[in-house]
Order: sequence, then structure tokens, then C-alpha cells
Amino acid sequence: MDEKIIFAGFGGQGIMSMGLIMSYAGMMDGKNVSWLPSYGPEMRGGTANCHVTISDEPVGSPIINEATIVVAMNRPSLERFEKDLVAGGILLINSSLIDIGPQRSDIEVYRIPANDIANQMGNLKIANSIMVGALMSLKNIVSEDAVVNAFKKVFEGKEKLIPINIQAYNRGKESINSQFAVK
Amino acid sequence: MAKVLMKGNEALAEAAIQAGCRHYFGYPITPQNEVTAYMAKRMPKVGGVFLQAESEVSAINMVYGAGGAGARVLITSSSPGISLMQEGISYIAGAEIPCVIANVMRGGPGLGGIQPSQSDYFQSTKGGGHGDYKLIVLAPSTIQEMADLVQQAFDIADKYRNPVMILGDGMLGQMMEPVDFDNIKKGENHIEEKTWATTGMGTRKKKNIINSLELDPQMLEKHNIELFKKYEKASKEEVRYEMTNCEDAEIILVAYGTIARVAKNVIELAKRENINVGLIRPISLWPFPVEPFEKTVNYVKRYLSIEMSMGQMVEDVKLAVNGRKPVYFYGRAGGMVPEPAAILEEIRKISGGAK
Repeated sequence: MDEKIIFAGFGGQGIMSMGLIMSYAGMMDGKNVSWLPSYGPEMRGGTANCHVTISDEPVGSPIINEATIVVAMNRPSLERFEKDLVAGGILLINSSLIDIGPQRSDIEVYRIPANDIANQMGNLKIANSIMVGALMSLKNIVSEDAVVNAFKKVFEGKEKLIPINIQAYNRGKESINSQFAVK
Repeated sequence: MAKVLMKGNEALAEAAIQAGCRHYFGYPITPQNEVTAYMAKRMPKVGGVFLQAESEVSAINMVYGAGGAGARVLITSSSPGISLMQEGISYIAGAEIPCVIANVMRGGPGLGGIQPSQSDYFQSTKGGGHGDYKLIVLAPSTIQEMADLVQQAFDIADKYRNPVMILGDGMLGQMMEPVDFDNIKKGENHIEEKTWATTGMGTRKKKNIINSLELDPQMLEKHNIELFKKYEKASKEEVRYEMTNCEDAEIILVAYGTIARVAKNVIELAKRENINVGLIRPISLWPFPVEPFEKTVNYVKRYLSIEMSMGQMVEDVKLAVNGRKPVYFYGRAGGMVPEPAAILEEIRKISGGAK
């Protein structure tokens, strides 16, 4: 296994946390992982992305030039990272905020209205966990146990947020099979 | 111990504490701020000293003082901050005080940028400050190696009574990987007593004096010669490197730190095109490892030094190869990291077309 995932969106959408959850889960499953954040003069509302590699082999460059998965949480992210997907790669689009489609036809595209689902659940901040759920239902990158433990790790010190995020994660998994997701 | 997921900067800080460091002086600068933040939290809990100085100049002189009193002391910064410290580093080397200095490099010159770079190679390995002195310079390429080298750096510093530099970059500082601290000799128990330290007379008959001033040229020359005996010993005993896929390589890449990771991807890419590429990864930048070049120079066709700079280490590669085989350079600067495909293209180019 050698998954190279780019998570991207704007600051405040929990982009770094999405990457951390997958990285922790990969580590807990005994995989080699690396997590590389963008660290420009970033701020809330600005752009943010992180590159996560989960692999059976030691990780070479942590920079991802050929992504197997791109999770785009806003439109600039889609426009910027679509080209980095390998042919046949998976593109997850947050359709609540992105009203355009991808340019390419050689990739698998899934639209998840993550913000709308999060709003229904009463907390906009869990849109990221919904997307992690959607991603996991498409591809078993890491084990279910590891993801749950990863949520506990990432929300260490903010334990009261764990249940709602795990709920969001499960809703995300369901969303792939629901009316919202259009392949 | 189970592995934990940590940023390179955090792993550096934790490894230092576990290796017995109880004194940290610093001043914030991106991309190494996590070290300062981590130390501010952790040091008080282990009974250590965290002090954010008013400037880098001040911080390095605090290192001079604490190191002189025998403490295991760490200071970290990034390129412009390290430049500010050069006077102090020269004094510390002159006064023979052990300490560990970490430079999490960013693009320069001047204030430059905050993205990763390797453009302080010359400054680190060729002096930086004034006078005839050497730093022992270690360059990790993974977070685990970062943790392991911190322990070694402290031990080397004590062994030679000399500052040791850990040379990383913004990417290594910011990225996370699983790391454990199992290789670290825990606590301060294994640290040898520093009989030269200025800790007060106590029962000593003779004063311990720490000083870098010597106005008598004969005496200063004697001191210079003594220092160089030390460097001579270090250049034999502290060489560290890694060789990957060099056995039948036609081209050998030479790369350290972050870019050596990219090089490993290039090796795999090149295999698909039936180009046999190897990698020499210097871990000690000073002393620069000559041995892997001696081992390969007879059969390899050419060397390619790849760096996140305009070409610095390539000069040491040329010295090691000494004209016996062609040495090429490829680099990106200013915070750009070369992509594997671009390096492969360079390999094709210097190989003369198709193959």
C-alpha cells in the first residue's frame, strides 16, 4: 500500500486535523506515515493544505507530486490540486462550497455536501470529519479501530468533541451511499 | 516505547530533554518555533531552564555561560537567527565549550523566506564566525534520525568540548513522522563529569578559567594547533554516512537531509527506465565523508550533487572525487524543493540523451 493524500481547503476548516487523523491511524496500524503541512503566512480564511503519505515502505519525499487521493474542501483547492492526481485517482469534492466540476475525466469523482451535512448536525466545524468518513468508505486505507483511536488522539484535551466528530465520521461514510453522493 | 507522531522540531526538543539537556535558550523564528514552544512547556516540568532571550546575540551568550558552567545546553534558530549568533559561536569554539546548536534552515540571503532551504551549508561547515575553528555538523533526513542525532550531538560535543550543529530545514522541522526515543541514553547519569567547568573553586586547588582571549601570538598559535588536533581526531572518528543502491550504480546522487528523501524516490523512478542510480547521503557534513567516494569512484560514471541551494556541498563532493570522475550539480533555491521528475530529467541530460 502506498497512499498519497492531499487535504486542502481554507484555514479554519480543519484541514490539518484531517491529515492528522489519517496519519495517526496509519501509524497505529503499523504503517509508515508522514504528514507535511503547508506553513506559509497562513491564517483563518487563507489557504491551507497538508500532504499525508501512508505506506508499507519507508516514506521518501513527504511532498506529494502524484496524489492517489485529493480532498478539496473549497474551490481554490480543487483548482490547484486536481492536476496532481494520478490517472484513476480519487477526488473528493465538498459540494457545499464548490459549484464547479473537475476538468479531468480520468479520475474518480465524489461530491459530498460536507457543510450541509454538518449544518444539519448542528456544527459546521465537523465538515472535515464527514469527509474523512467519506474517504474511508471509499477506500479502507486504515482500520476502523485505528481511526476511532486517532480521533481520541487528535482531540486530546478537547474530549467533549470526540463523540460528535465520530458521529460526523459515520455520517460521512453513509453519505457516499446516499442521495447526496453523485459519482 | 511506542512510537509517537511528532513534528521534527518537537522531536528535536524532546530528544534533547531525554538526553539530559536541562538548559535551553532561544529566540522565536519561523520555521523552528515549535522547539521554543515545546521547551517553554516541558522544561519547567523537568526542573530545567527555559529562557527566551531578548535577541539571538543574547541567547548564544547565555549558551556560552551555561555551557561553561558544565550544563548540557541546546540553542535553536533558523538561518537569519543563526547568522546573528556567529560571533558567540566563534567564542564558544575558541573557549572549547560543548553545546548543541540546531539550525532549521530557511531560504536566504537576508531575511529571505520561511520555506525550507539548504543554503547555510557553507556557513555551517566552513566557519561562519571568525577564526580557525570547526563545528561538527550532523544532518538528519527523518524525524527518527533527528531524535537519534540529538543524543549523539550532545555526546560528541562533550567528547571534544566543541559546539555541534544539527542542520535541518523547514520541512524536517514542520513535518510529522512516527518517532521513538528508545535509542537515547536516558537522563544525566551517563554524562561524564566536566572537571574543566567553572563551577566555583570548591575543593579544587587550581582555578578553572574559560576564555577565548589570548594576546600572546605564540600561545594563541599553540591553542590553534591544539584545536586542530581535536578536529583531526573528529575527522577520523565522527564520519557518518549512508549509501543506498550504490553497488552497480552508473550515476550516484549526493544529497543530505530533506533532499536525500527526494533522491530515494528518484532511485525508484530511474529503475523504471533502467537507469541504475545510487545515493551517497552524508550524515556528518563536517567531517565530510570521503570514504563512500573512495568506494565508488572506480566504477561509477558520474556524480550528481542535488541540493536546496545554488550549489554548496558540491564543492566538497568535488574535493572528495578530486577530478577522477565528472561531478554535476542540480539545485533549487529560495524555498523550492526539487521534484523527483526534475531530478530524473537532469540525470537523463547528464547521461547524454536517451539512456
